[in-house]
Amino acid sequence: MLRTIAHRLTLAPLTLLLVSFVTFIILRVTGNPVDIYLDINRTPEQVAALTERLHLDKPLLVQYLIYLRDLVQGDFGQSLQYGGPAIDAVITSIGPTLRLLSAALLLAVTLGTVAGLVAAVYRDRFPDAVLSALAVAGQSMPSFWLGILLIQLFALKMQWLPTSGSGGFKYLILPALTLSAVLLPNFMLVTRTAVLDLMNEQFVATARAKGLSRIRILLTHILPNAANPLLSFLGIQIGTLMGGSIITESIFGWPGIGRLMISAVSNRDAPVVLATVFLVSITIILANLVVDVLHSIIDPRIRH
Amino acid sequence: MLMGTLRGTPLLSVRDLSVQFRTDQGLITAVDGVSFDLRAGQTLGIVGESGSGKSVTAMSLLRLLPPATTRIARGEILLEGRDIIKASESELERIRGRDVSIVFQDPMSSLNPVLTIGRQICEPLRLHLKLSRAEAKERAVDLLGFVGIPSPRESLGSYPHQLSGGQRQRVVIAMALACRPKVLIADEPTTALDVTTQAQILDLLRELQSKLHMAVILITHDLGVVAEFADDVLVMYAGRMVEKSPVSQLFARARHPYTQGLLNSIPPFGDQELEKLPAINGTVPSPFAMPSGCAFHPRCTFASSACLEAVPELASCGPNHVAACLRVTELERMHA
Ligand SMILES: Nc1ncnc2c1ncn2[C@@H]1O[C@H](COP(=O)(O)OP(=O)(O)O)[C@@H](O)[C@H]1O
Ligand SMILES: [Mg+2]
Repeated sequence: MLRTIAHRLTLAPLTLLLVSFVTFIILRVTGNPVDIYLDINRTPEQVAALTERLHLDKPLLVQYLIYLRDLVQGDFGQSLQYGGPAIDAVITSIGPTLRLLSAALLLAVTLGTVAGLVAAVYRDRFPDAVLSALAVAGQSMPSFWLGILLIQLFALKMQWLPTSGSGGFKYLILPALTLSAVLLPNFMLVTRTAVLDLMNEQFVATARAKGLSRIRILLTHILPNAANPLLSFLGIQIGTLMGGSIITESIFGWPGIGRLMISAVSNRDAPVVLATVFLVSITIILANLVVDVLHSIIDPRIRH
Repeated sequence: MLMGTLRGTPLLSVRDLSVQFRTDQGLITAVDGVSFDLRAGQTLGIVGESGSGKSVTAMSLLRLLPPATTRIARGEILLEGRDIIKASESELERIRGRDVSIVFQDPMSSLNPVLTIGRQICEPLRLHLKLSRAEAKERAVDLLGFVGIPSPRESLGSYPHQLSGGQRQRVVIAMALACRPKVLIADEPTTALDVTTQAQILDLLRELQSKLHMAVILITHDLGVVAEFADDVLVMYAGRMVEKSPVSQLFARARHPYTQGLLNSIPPFGDQELEKLPAINGTVPSPFAMPSGCAFHPRCTFASSACLEAVPELASCGPNHVAACLRVTELERMHA
């Protein structure tokens, strides 16, 4: 167990290095910053100053190494859009994104678990048929479309909830629903399969032979065993969820990392793009670490 | 009959039990016409090769078979006069683990891997005896000591994977005995264990039975175990009873050719190698392709043309001794 964690921690810097390198090269290769940040009326002095500041006269690899040197000192460079340090823009956006992610995760996990359990218990009968059909429909529905539908229904037609922006809890509901839909159908189906597999286990027969009721066996014997495969599934899906959050934030004008990244990319604000990619990578690495730790808490066989 | 009334009404009385399964390939009959009586303190051995319907019989007694695909076609299972086949699910939940317990074959998979031993033993205690958490824990310590787990108090916090196979089976037995059931069903409790552990577990069962005065149904494919352990033996083949008698009778004068085959295949004492020998030529028929007449006829050296025609009924061939073979009397004369 500790070995897995140590392994992940030693891999983390390598992952981050690779991610930053690829992002850096892509950003530099796809456009000359001079053309993007200085207009037609630019003076040679302005060009010289920018070239100097971004080390554009040096080879690409050297530019990257300089970037890395600054990065190690916590300097992600200046935002070209906002002027201030790139990292500041990212830090103010991370709170809203984490709020959105956790709300969506909570929704998807609770609803997915309940729906998956119900589908498993009523296997091949009416409730299972309805839930499984909904899940398949959900899998094939793009989240931006669901987001727009939700806005039309609850914000424009009923006028119960705001269309976009951030503020109180009311603002969180529609984006969280939209984002949770990225995970929910698959989570439900994985729960259903895991529970059905476990129902055939011998220890379930033992529990029934002790006189425990079906519902009790489901909650106290089957679910704790299902937790581990579900957790693994979540670990794999974290990236997908982050991707979904970029789309969701854009639809709902949610002031998070996703929206920041989109605007930074379209304005070719390289330092901000790099800083967000870096932070998102760290989040994914940390999330996987949390998954590992939870695994060992849930399953004594991993712990020992 | 007379013996039955003399010794009082049986604790468990199974009458003409027939169990069918709906499968994709059609309805199969896994158990057909099984009957037996069991009194307190008595041990019934059920023997037969793999696939002969022993486990299905055992699971039916607690109604543990999947309700969606199982059909109990005929019969009665009377536990102290109450018919288990007619019992509701909540009545069954009160019977299971309290009046009747079962120990399964494979101790590796019988325990929940993510719950502690203590938690799993306390479950029936809290459920049936309504003990508090602390009381249940004390009782669990006693039980673990009772079944011979070293340092029982410390073991409460252990997980199944930390114990050996033999110890796990002891834990499973402790769990089954937690509420002092009247009937203990042990379905091949030692098959998955090594030989030394097998003997220890059987000794343990015997000791516990005499202490608790339980009725035991011991399912095995090993007649040697039955000889040591059981009072009565029921021999099953392809879902049907082929012979039933007191143990001494069976070993002295087995009447059914199948039972005789099983007896001949018992290895000489202590010879482990021979245990792997097939008991009788051929294999148990698939429930989808039951032979006509006597299901054993394709493997029977004594089969005559009549055996292909009619399913033999159980017929008395001695005190408390029945066998289902058309040629029982002829064979008897042959041997004499
Ligand atoms: N749930 C089930 N569904 C369909 N067939 C079953 C089921 N359980 C057992 N059977 C069949 O019933 C027959 C008897 O099985 P079983 O009682 O397990 O034999 P054994 O004597 O080895 O314990 C076998 O042919 C088996 O395939
Ligand atoms: Mg069996």
